Amino acid sequence: MELFAQQVMAGLASGAIYACIALALVMIYQAIGHVNFAQGEMATFSTFLSWQMMQWGSPYWAAFVAAVALSFAGGMLIDTVVFRPIRKASVLSQIVMFVGLLAILNSLSGFIWDFTSKPFPTPLGSGPLSGFRFMGMHQAAMMAITALMLVLLYCFFRFTSVGLAMQAAAENPDSARLVGVRVELMIALGWGMAAGIGAVAGIMIAPIVFLEPNMMLGIMLYGFAGAVLGGLASPLGAVIGGFLVGLIENLAGTYIPAVGAELKLTIALAIIIVVLVVKPSGLLGPRHAQRV
Amino acid sequence: MALMQNVQVASSSRAILGSRWSLGIVFLAAALLAPFLLHKFYVFQMTLVLIYAIAILGLNLLVGFNGQLSLGHGAFFALGAYTAAMLIEHGGVNYAATLPAAGVICFIFGFLFGLPALRLDGIYLALATFALSVATPQILKLSVFETWTGGVQGLIVTKPDAPPGLPLTADQWLYFLTLGVSMLMYWVAVNLVASRTGRALRSVRDNPLAATAMGVNTAYYKTLAFGISGAYTGIAGALSAIVVQFVAPDSFTLTLSISILVGLVVGGVGWLPGAIFGASFILLVPNIAEGISKGLAGAVYGVMMILLMLVLPSGVSTPVRWMQRKFQAWAK
Repeated sequence: MELFAQQVMAGLASGAIYACIALALVMIYQAIGHVNFAQGEMATFSTFLSWQMMQWGSPYWAAFVAAVALSFAGGMLIDTVVFRPIRKASVLSQIVMFVGLLAILNSLSGFIWDFTSKPFPTPLGSGPLSGFRFMGMHQAAMMAITALMLVLLYCFFRFTSVGLAMQAAAENPDSARLVGVRVELMIALGWGMAAGIGAVAGIMIAPIVFLEPNMMLGIMLYGFAGAVLGGLASPLGAVIGGFLVGLIENLAGTYIPAVGAELKLTIALAIIIVVLVVKPSGLLGPRHAQRV
Repeated sequence: MALMQNVQVASSSRAILGSRWSLGIVFLAAALLAPFLLHKFYVFQMTLVLIYAIAILGLNLLVGFNGQLSLGHGAFFALGAYTAAMLIEHGGVNYAATLPAAGVICFIFGFLFGLPALRLDGIYLALATFALSVATPQILKLSVFETWTGGVQGLIVTKPDAPPGLPLTADQWLYFLTLGVSMLMYWVAVNLVASRTGRALRSVRDNPLAATAMGVNTAYYKTLAFGISGAYTGIAGALSAIVVQFVAPDSFTLTLSISILVGLVVGGVGWLPGAIFGASFILLVPNIAEGISKGLAGAVYGVMMILLMLVLPSGVSTPVRWMQRKFQAWAK
């Protein structure tokens, strides 16, 4: 029972990471209808930015806010410079662009900050959360921040005019344009928000996995699995999906003898394929009806 | 008048055919002479270009002619390579016989993977195949199969010699073997696309609903396309195992799958000759990028990809076809 509780807590803690990444993926998916394969690399780059600022002597929270703001601007810039010109191009061309972006960011992080793992500070220390033996302060903070982001996003999309306009632009760009929504600006905002959420996720993950240019690849796959499990179009679903993937990963690794550490990535593959085959819209995604 | 027009059409189509053949003959002559004129290293590089071209051809049959997206063809490449390596090293099978074996096994695997893929399209299929290619190295490293696959270390494959009596070095022989196989595969692909099956594949891509109404079994042709595509890529993988003489899990990462896809898009989706241009791009451009800046090679490669997509969204096929038309007009 002790082992079980411990694994559940560990699963929830890594689930919080996956939930963040899944949330960022869903943001871009909602804005442009594409899955951003460079999301992990964007988050890593943002994390390096905050690390650099801390090296220069900036306090933690200042670096945190500055990195998120810079990432927001960077995300909008990437959309405007790289993706706006090819908005009408085929899915394949766009995927190649994402891959190109991934290569550029990964290589840049490695070039500027080299490939050695760096420890990353956490403002809360690594001591256990009082009252819970199995959960560290940092993990608890991570879950709290994920929940906070989700609430803020929900309010943003539900109650602000910009949020509503973004939804309209994603749902039906032509009609949105006709009623005066600036669709291109909304898409750029979606990119900015995704980059910002990615930055938050990266900064929270870095103390656990150590900072290095490739830290996100495995996490990205779980993030994908979480986003698919929750339904690609639903932010709440993405968060639930992320936590579930964390739980499944830890429990399967502990209790199914053949799986262990060797097949951890394969679990993500299995989750993605099973969800896509059994329920492609995920847990909370809207059902797609096709007119014939 | 109508007769005159017909005659004109006939003669111009003969001219097109003629110029096409003459271009083909020039290319073939160059391909046949090259290994005697170039350094060993370049012969090896050209062999690799041909191998990637076969894999891209396979992906093109799936993506370009059947409209299904795959980011996971590295898995088929790996399966083919491991089939060849294990048959040669553990089974003592002749290297040439491993190619059809790899083709058959990858066909079956592709057909089976095509079944869940039936329910997915667009970005969802891209995600599922993406996960497949990320998980591949891990599956290959499994300790359960270690006696067969060599685990993390991989397998070393014995290099075949040229058949006795031929005045060729081993490298030249492998080049000609690959050239022969790739030409055969290209010929099969061209005929497949032009056949009844090819029309069915394209109809499923263009309008699955209308295709079904016309009596095309959509599910069958989609899984078939996955199978054929897998077989092509598997054969390419088997050739790579023989030519590189080494297979290891970390040669078949996501990067490989992405390279094959980039090669396809660079060459032009739905245009079979593009495979050779795409293969040259994915093999040569990273080298050029490394020449420009060692530390930033990945960034230079990425910038080149993005620039190419911005300038030529449908790949090299646009300028090459344009030149072909100019050449034909000139030849007439």
